[in-house]
Amino acid sequence: MSASAVHSLWTTAATAADPISKIDTPKIEYGQLSPTLIVVGAAIAGVLVEAFVPRKYRYHAQLILSTAALIVAFVAVVMLAADGYGTTKARIAAMGAIAVDGPALFLQGTILLAALVGLFTFAERRLDPEAHGTRVDSFAAQAASVPGSESEQAAVKAGFTTTEVFPLLLFAVAGMLVFPSANDLLTLFIALEVFSLPLYLLCALARRKRLMSQEAAVKYFLLGAFASAFTLFGIALLYGYAGSVSYGTIAQVVDGTVQNVNPALADTMGNDALLLVGAALIVMGLLFKVGAVPFHMWTPDVYQGAPTPVTGFMAAATKVAAFGALLRLLYVVLPGLRWDWRPVMWGVAIITMLGGAIVAITQTDIKRLLAYSSIAHAGFILAGVIATTPDGVSSVLFYLAAYSFVTIGAFAVVTLVRDAGGEATHLSKWAGLGRRSPLVAAVLAVFLLAFAGIPLTSGFAGKFAVFKAAAEGGAAPLVVVGVISSAIAAFFYIRVIVLMFFSEPRPDGPTVAVPSPLTVMAIGVGVAVTLVLGVAPQYFLDLANQAGVFVR
Amino acid sequence: MNPVNYLYLAALLFTIGATGVLIRRNAIVVFMCIELMLNACNLAFVTFSRMHGNLDGQIIAFFTMVVAAAEVVVGLAIIVSLFRSRHSASVDDASLMKL
Repeated sequence: MSASAVHSLWTTAATAADPISKIDTPKIEYGQLSPTLIVVGAAIAGVLVEAFVPRKYRYHAQLILSTAALIVAFVAVVMLAADGYGTTKARIAAMGAIAVDGPALFLQGTILLAALVGLFTFAERRLDPEAHGTRVDSFAAQAASVPGSESEQAAVKAGFTTTEVFPLLLFAVAGMLVFPSANDLLTLFIALEVFSLPLYLLCALARRKRLMSQEAAVKYFLLGAFASAFTLFGIALLYGYAGSVSYGTIAQVVDGTVQNVNPALADTMGNDALLLVGAALIVMGLLFKVGAVPFHMWTPDVYQGAPTPVTGFMAAATKVAAFGALLRLLYVVLPGLRWDWRPVMWGVAIITMLGGAIVAITQTDIKRLLAYSSIAHAGFILAGVIATTPDGVSSVLFYLAAYSFVTIGAFAVVTLVRDAGGEATHLSKWAGLGRRSPLVAAVLAVFLLAFAGIPLTSGFAGKFAVFKAAAEGGAAPLVVVGVISSAIAAFFYIRVIVLMFFSEPRPDGPTVAVPSPLTVMAIGVGVAVTLVLGVAPQYFLDLANQAGVFVR
Repeated sequence: MNPVNYLYLAALLFTIGATGVLIRRNAIVVFMCIELMLNACNLAFVTFSRMHGNLDGQIIAFFTMVVAAAEVVVGLAIIVSLFRSRHSASVDDASLMKL
């Protein structure tokens, strides 16, 4: 293309018709985007609540607003699905930016429910002892005050609480809702940042162990920003390759449907080096978000340092959103490249499963242990992603739904076991917990058995589905590795159970706080989903099956 | 001038930024290196936009600038809070949690 032809795109001769008037008004399908819009609207309203509502009413106002927003958004998702947007009416909305289809709606529903359960753990105010007569939650009295300083003591004495966590949670949820439904690379990147930035902040807001919390936030932020810079460069290269950031167009160029006709573009359009490097960089950014080895280094530190309710929410919802985006990228944009990415993902899945399971054995902190277990689970889910069959999609959807509730429940149980310094996360303190608090220990045992994939729990149904899909998709060796690492992982889950039920309680052991109905509800939902998906998974497997078709 | 040269420059800037993230120890400098990587991406977007003759890349560059600004807000808040509680912004000192 000649230089003057290119310049004519953004300059115009004085006599030519005004090109601006030729740009059509974008058509936005508000109804189909309503789940995201509701959550964003509530988040903005939450910021206004912070600004205008008196401090003592803020907590309740925020809690009611956030709960209502998440429930209404979930109802909107269900109504869209009932209208057939998940199956027959699947379409691309918002001028090609957002896909409204089965996987998107299924994952949005999962994220909203997980966020609702996570919200209840955020709002829990009975666990910490009352500070100067005010009930406090797990978040810093005033995040800006230096730990241990007079200003912090003053903030605690005044009974401040960080109610900003609710709008931050909603903003993160909004980004997560867009992430798996993004249909062009720009939307993907913006959604990635919109859900990451609030999470960085939430990580820094712990009330106890604030130095660790701030350290976790710095690590998460620097590594997360580093990874998203790589994603962005990958997007730039793919844009150079295809001349568009739309998923459909890139897929056509990858398939060869759109031929390179312009010799002036021979340097970029259709250049395989740009495609391969660009795709690798974007996939790398997404693998960072799901915490797959070798991009997992942040996971244990961030999971350990962040406030436990945030860890639970982050572990569940981020994984759902990031795997949704990864599925769409690999299945919609890059299916023409699957002979290139499958071997790489094989390798990543194998080292993720084995690495997570083996390193978890040596852990002595329950939060770090759950972090490494989440890495191993990312590997199991990757096995389903690699299948590249419709069953692969639906099994991953089912696994994500099952896994997210177990995770939030498990971290909610961790918040209950406390000593003078806050949560007692060191495993040695958990010895004999089953004798002192049989119910709490039994609930955690259910979650750990679900993580391990014991039959009659959701973990078994999920693992069976992904391994079956992987085996049918021609990845049988991967299934063998998966089963071996499940066995390794089962060892340390069982070890915790044995520790809780079969060792003597220590005299200086932790106490189990009596939670408010909020945490009880979060844990109860976790147990119920774990058992229902384990005993009668068929309805939900069918649901995931119906939802397993991407729109292009 | 052949616009491909700008792509080489973008790749070079990106590499300098990535190297800086890996070898520098001050959190602020690490963060500046990340910003350099984002700006290298911008240069690549604008160059590809010129080569393809469509405006998508330039629009994306605006979005990237806004994202980079938002990242500065969040990142500096976190780094400053770390610095105020430790009197050090070194990423090596932040090592309370280790295996």
